[in-house]
Amino acid sequence: MDSSVSWRVPSPRLLAVRRVQVAVVTVAAIVAAAVLGSRAGAAVAAGAVVGALVLGIAAEWFVRRRIAAWGYAEREDDLLVRRGVMFSRLSVVPYGRMQFIDVTAGPVERSFGLATVRMHTAAAASDARIPGLPRDEAARLRDRLAELGEAQAAGI
Amino acid sequence: MTEPDGWRRLHPLSPIVRGGRGTIAIAVILLPTVFGARRPSNTAIELAAVAAIVGLGFVSWLVTRWRVDGDDLRIETGLIRRQSLRFPLSQVQAVDVVRPGLARIFRVAELRLRMGGATGKTARLAYLHEREVDPLRDRLLALARGTAHADEAQESPRDERVLATLPTGRLVASILISDVGIMAEAVLVGLVLGIVFAPSAAAGIASGGAVWILSVFQLVWRRFNQEYRLTVVEAADGLVLRGGLVALTAETIRPGRVQAVRMVEPIAWRLLGWCRLEVDIAGRQRSEGEGRAQRRSLRAVLPVGSRAVAEELLDHLLPDRPREQTRPPRRARWKSPLRYRMLAWGRTPTCVATTSGRVRRATNWVPLEKAQSLRRVQGPLQRRLRLASVHVDTAGRNVHAVIRDRDVDEANGALEELVASAEAARRAS
Repeated sequence: MDSSVSWRVPSPRLLAVRRVQVAVVTVAAIVAAAVLGSRAGAAVAAGAVVGALVLGIAAEWFVRRRIAAWGYAEREDDLLVRRGVMFSRLSVVPYGRMQFIDVTAGPVERSFGLATVRMHTAAAASDARIPGLPRDEAARLRDRLAELGEAQAAGI
Repeated sequence: MTEPDGWRRLHPLSPIVRGGRGTIAIAVILLPTVFGARRPSNTAIELAAVAAIVGLGFVSWLVTRWRVDGDDLRIETGLIRRQSLRFPLSQVQAVDVVRPGLARIFRVAELRLRMGGATGKTARLAYLHEREVDPLRDRLLALARGTAHADEAQESPRDERVLATLPTGRLVASILISDVGIMAEAVLVGLVLGIVFAPSAAAGIASGGAVWILSVFQLVWRRFNQEYRLTVVEAADGLVLRGGLVALTAETIRPGRVQAVRMVEPIAWRLLGWCRLEVDIAGRQRSEGEGRAQRRSLRAVLPVGSRAVAEELLDHLLPDRPREQTRPPRRARWKSPLRYRMLAWGRTPTCVATTSGRVRRATNWVPLEKAQSLRRVQGPLQRRLRLASVHVDTAGRNVHAVIRDRDVDEANGALEELVASAEAARRAS
């Protein structure tokens, strides 16, 4: 299944978004570790700060791999979405099964000009979410999916 | 009760029946007053409270109206927050006629339409006169089918075929050895022993845990009440499930609206060769004012029965279902040590079947034309063992087919084949 399709990936800017988010949390954790640890002595404070820093670096590594694993492909009759490193998933969602499409963008995503596209079917378990698409690509995908969905719509 | 523009009202006694237990409680409170056993000062307050409740009920009845408008059922309700609801009949999944005990006394019934689609709401008409309900049900089903002249459908003779009836003895036996039943028996035995050996202690426990004890028995009662003499009928407008002891229900599932079928065999039932057969329909029942019983989308077609009866019903529901299932590779034991013994799956061009569950074996069938999406999932342990699972998602809430712990190559192949089969099945339907 993987050989014949051309995979597209989220924008490289998504990595920047996630890195900013990780950095903010890490800096906050380091400050908190320093303040709380200093009450118990310098050695404890240093240990806590190093611990927070290590966790932050680990989170960056995790986020990088996670984004690298994300991909989607538009085939003739369905959309493929792959994601996940530890738990890898490959979803196949037929266009005809689409109920509606969400395009969302949080404040950080928006400032980087990115958006998340999500396809909903009648099944709650269906999970076709593509984060970090450039805004015009998100709009193109939304319009194309809506068009294909309408053309192939099937009843529940 | 018809207004000139086709709007109709519910039955005037609706608020009383809707009040249900509240109404009975009010009647119990009022009785002594009526017979003059209480002091008049209390009476005035009680009467005022009752009058207020009755007044509210009357207002809610007054502002609620409904009509069938082309292919839609429309309901308007609410005094302060006016709601106008539109239910497209083509999206109806199932129609229920429900008659609780009080409704039977007043000869009224509730009509519920379960809708599919993105919202999956339920339309409720509570309550209508008994006489009105069945014709309206037939008319709505005919409109849902797209029959242009809804009146013709009513005149055609109703040919029905009974597929299965539940003997009461078997229902009682099955409840006695079910999980709730065993709990209730344990409580009962405990109480009896307590009364015999330590009456004072037993009284303390009984008064302290009364709520728990009652809720256990209520569960048992609810099950008995719902499934008493459940009959499955194959009719022209779908599969009809009728049953109930105090509260009568008649559920009509439109043809081709079954999303998935599940057969459950708990360990105690397996010894007797019994099983339970349930069907799942679409909809995310999360409407306001719905109790737990109404929200369930899983219906027992056969609350308890032998494998042979279940197979017969399955032949009607899924004629082209896989007869044989294959087992996962032996190394799947490390991933699913308990359910390994039951894991299996099988498929035909139009249907997929999966089995799982060590203590409570469940076999799920999903017709591929109903598959909403497919997923291949692989966790860390599965990757080490070169295993993967394939999920077949449906619009039902409870039953999904999961082809668990197969060899990676088999899972990839299965995913590809199932995607193609589902596509073909969808085009054929």
